[in-house]
Amino acid sequence: MTELGLRFFLSLTQIAVVVVIVIVTVLILTLAERKVLGWMQDRMGPMEVGPYGILQPFADAIKLFFKEDIVPAGANKFLFTAAPLLALIPAFIGFAVIPWGPDWTVEFNGTVIKPFVISDINIGILYILAFASLGAYGIILGGWASNSKYSLLGGLRSAAQVISYELNVGLAIIGVIILAGSLSLVKITNAQSGWFWHWYLFAFPAPQIFAFVVYVISSVAETNRVPFDLPEAESELVAGFFTEYSGLRFAFFYLAEYANMVLVSCIAAAMFLGGWNAPYPGTVFDLLGLPSLAWIENTMWFAAKTYFFLFLFFWLRATLPRLRYDQLMRFGWKVMLPIALANIVVTSIAVYLFPNS
Amino acid sequence: MAQLVFGYFAGVIAVTAMLVVALRNPVYSVLSLLIMFFHVAGLYVTLHAEFLAAVQLIVYAGAILVLYLFVVMLLNAKQDDRYHRQWRVAGFVCVPLLLELLVLFAGGKMEPSPLFSADQTGPGTDNAKAIGMTLFSTYLFPFEVASLILLVAMIGAIVLAKRDIGGSGA
Repeated sequence: MTELGLRFFLSLTQIAVVVVIVIVTVLILTLAERKVLGWMQDRMGPMEVGPYGILQPFADAIKLFFKEDIVPAGANKFLFTAAPLLALIPAFIGFAVIPWGPDWTVEFNGTVIKPFVISDINIGILYILAFASLGAYGIILGGWASNSKYSLLGGLRSAAQVISYELNVGLAIIGVIILAGSLSLVKITNAQSGWFWHWYLFAFPAPQIFAFVVYVISSVAETNRVPFDLPEAESELVAGFFTEYSGLRFAFFYLAEYANMVLVSCIAAAMFLGGWNAPYPGTVFDLLGLPSLAWIENTMWFAAKTYFFLFLFFWLRATLPRLRYDQLMRFGWKVMLPIALANIVVTSIAVYLFPNS
Repeated sequence: MAQLVFGYFAGVIAVTAMLVVALRNPVYSVLSLLIMFFHVAGLYVTLHAEFLAAVQLIVYAGAILVLYLFVVMLLNAKQDDRYHRQWRVAGFVCVPLLLELLVLFAGGKMEPSPLFSADQTGPGTDNAKAIGMTLFSTYLFPFEVASLILLVAMIGAIVLAKRDIGGSGA
């Protein structure tokens, strides 16, 4: 096999593994969300399918798979079909630059690859932002193509909301980028090794606590989750932009929403909480004399941090009521944006005063 | 290979740019503009200007074009034939331009494209840093002027949209 062919094959393998991991995570999330919500509301959650209800995601998947695929009368058929894909692809494509584990290189038959990141490009985080901003097209086109007033209103609301809060996400992570001096997620994560006070959430010259809060709130809004789920507000818009969708196309929107949740959680873990770094220097496996197994510990830490954020999503959903639309916009532009901008100024001054720390 | 990639991007950009004005459904026009922005970003990547490619997508595809789509949908513009009667004028302008282009291509000697020559900056160099350095040293004055103009535009938009609360009441 030629070198190009081998590289191609290895990349495809990595992509397949990552996509499978993400889909499995989404399956777990759909169950975990209902279970967690159930417990918080003093219920049991789904209990029927399998022991303790753990096979519920498969039942859901099979149900969605066999549902009738309905295209409403007067809908734009081409865009109605394309919209779920336009929502799904940006949600999955961002995982290409997420570092899941230590920055190792493995030589495989003369080809050097990094096993824990599909592609370490030097604009990693901008790449994710660029594709995340395209997710709005799927929602807005899905709303428009359905030929339904509720869908259209949901799509338009979503476009306004996603644009407003995307800005806050972008500005919130600039503080971290200033501290790290790089846009590559691999380099940003590497710079946070050591004790947990090296994580950018607590890092010395300018702790990014405010940026972190802005990021978490804005990413909840960007993924259209409660309490910012205005695009699909049941009490006003039936189900918002996917009112008219059913079967597999609905499943695509659903999958995109959960994959986006996983993606923003991964970014939060990698940028603010040290990514795959443990809260202590090195790893336990290193101390035990098994450095080749250290990646298990590192990836587990990454998973733990990511799942913490995913739990936060459920927690917020169980706790907070939905905002009104004008409250949402005012909050985004008049509260979050000034905090994010002030954080950039403070971080820049701190880095200027303490250039070598 | 490199020429093939460039040919693909350039071809798609030309075709979709034409479709933006030729398609009769405004939503389709916006979508073909989206495809065009993607391929322009692709061209930037072949030039090893990844930062510009990402910014191109974030600013144009992610923000400006979504607002276009917003407006097109709110206006609910149906298929409109009014603007498709001007093809004679368009042809009158464009055919001489095309001829000029052909003459230029036929006359000029074809040099290998500088895009893919050996002295390009490698993928390892940080082009975000390079752009920042250039922007804040060589082009500092134009940069500041541009930001001032944007600020004026922003204030102008606020003044236009603002209602007089004290007088007539909102």
